[in-house]
Amino acid sequence: MFKKPQYLAILLTLVLAGILLSLPARRKNQLKRWIGTVFVVGFGASRAADAAADKARVAVTPRKVLGKQLADLQEENQRLRLQLKQAGVIARENDRLRAALNWKKQTRWEVSLARVIGRDPSNWRQVILIDRGARDGVTENMPIVANEGLVGRVSSVGMTRSQVVLIGDPKCKVGAMIESTGEAGVVETGKSGALGRDIVALNYIAGDSELKPGDRVLTSGLGTVFPKGIPVGTVIHARTLDYGLTKDARVKLHVNLNRLEHVWVLTN
Amino acid sequence: MSRINLIVVLMAAFFCVYVQTAFQGLRNILHAQFDLLPALMAYVALSADLVAVAALAIVGGVLFDTLSANPLGVSILPLFFIGVFLQLRHDLILRDMAYAQFIVGCCVSASMPLLTLAGLWALGERPIVGLETLWQWLVMALIGGLAAPCFFQLFDRLELALNYSTAPAYNESMARRDREIKRGRGY
Repeated sequence: MFKKPQYLAILLTLVLAGILLSLPARRKNQLKRWIGTVFVVGFGASRAADAAADKARVAVTPRKVLGKQLADLQEENQRLRLQLKQAGVIARENDRLRAALNWKKQTRWEVSLARVIGRDPSNWRQVILIDRGARDGVTENMPIVANEGLVGRVSSVGMTRSQVVLIGDPKCKVGAMIESTGEAGVVETGKSGALGRDIVALNYIAGDSELKPGDRVLTSGLGTVFPKGIPVGTVIHARTLDYGLTKDARVKLHVNLNRLEHVWVLTN
Repeated sequence: MSRINLIVVLMAAFFCVYVQTAFQGLRNILHAQFDLLPALMAYVALSADLVAVAALAIVGGVLFDTLSANPLGVSILPLFFIGVFLQLRHDLILRDMAYAQFIVGCCVSASMPLLTLAGLWALGERPIVGLETLWQWLVMALIGGLAAPCFFQLFDRLELALNYSTAPAYNESMARRDREIKRGRGY
């Protein structure tokens, strides 16, 4: 049926696939990072094209519009500076009170802006690629946030880019709590599969919880990845399970994961 | 298929994977990501030998998995099985007909995610599968079907452009009866 080189090709393909699939996860990730360097030129070109498009957009925008934008931004900057001063006073007071009560001191978030350069090419993963890597101090499991709330965590780090697994992917479970009651649960993909791109499940809530639609969900800080207090989403539906022993809920995420362009990496 | 054309096909596989990762316009509109590698494999399987099929399966599969959260190597076997199946059946497929190319493209683009998901489940992974997956599957099949005739057109022309065309061999049917010299009795 086949000639000798063709049998060799079949054998080579099967053996190579077998070897790659049987490698330990760490080796697979190393190999992925190494092979991924071939895409550096492509992503660089895409970045340059984006920058050129931004420049062109500014060039064609009338000076009047740019002047108005500048005035608005200056006003917003003044307002934010004032809020930052107030927050600083509150933070210092918080530190003093914590010290008086002998509580653990809260660490400040240090953030680094990253650009989203791609998404997982398959349909069954919620993963994005960002243009920050080990060279920029990014390490695995660093939380990723957007202005609206939690996005996910870094799952794999290359030299110049990283892979971020988004909230709602089976590999990104988040310790969360209801803001109004402080009750803790876990945000994850729905047990029966995907609930939708912007809806996740909040599971393992105590049965006597007064969980209701409209409640805000924040990270609980339980666990080692996500700090406390990052907004996650809003409860849109809640139900009682296991004869009243537990509750679960559907949570609409604050962040639109399909339209991410820039995200923040929490580097501490 | 010439070596140059195979290299161009492998470069096209690289470009397809990059485009699927970096450009999100269609994904944001359709809420589904397309996959062009199966359509490319359909062209290679119906135009080249098994060595080229293996080369595309390895290069395309590894590149796809590199930018994906899939375990490295999981996309090689589905691509390869599709290629081998088409290669074994290539005598039965009307390779030069656009509608046949469309149907083959649809079929392979629909089979690829099923085989990959089966592979992921076999490896203990938990891919996100729900009702939305049906829509994504349909989009993948349709776009793969539309891409297949384009690949056939493009690479067939490239094959012609990059290679010397051989002169057709002489056969009896090439002789024209109306040009035959009739010799009468007097000659």
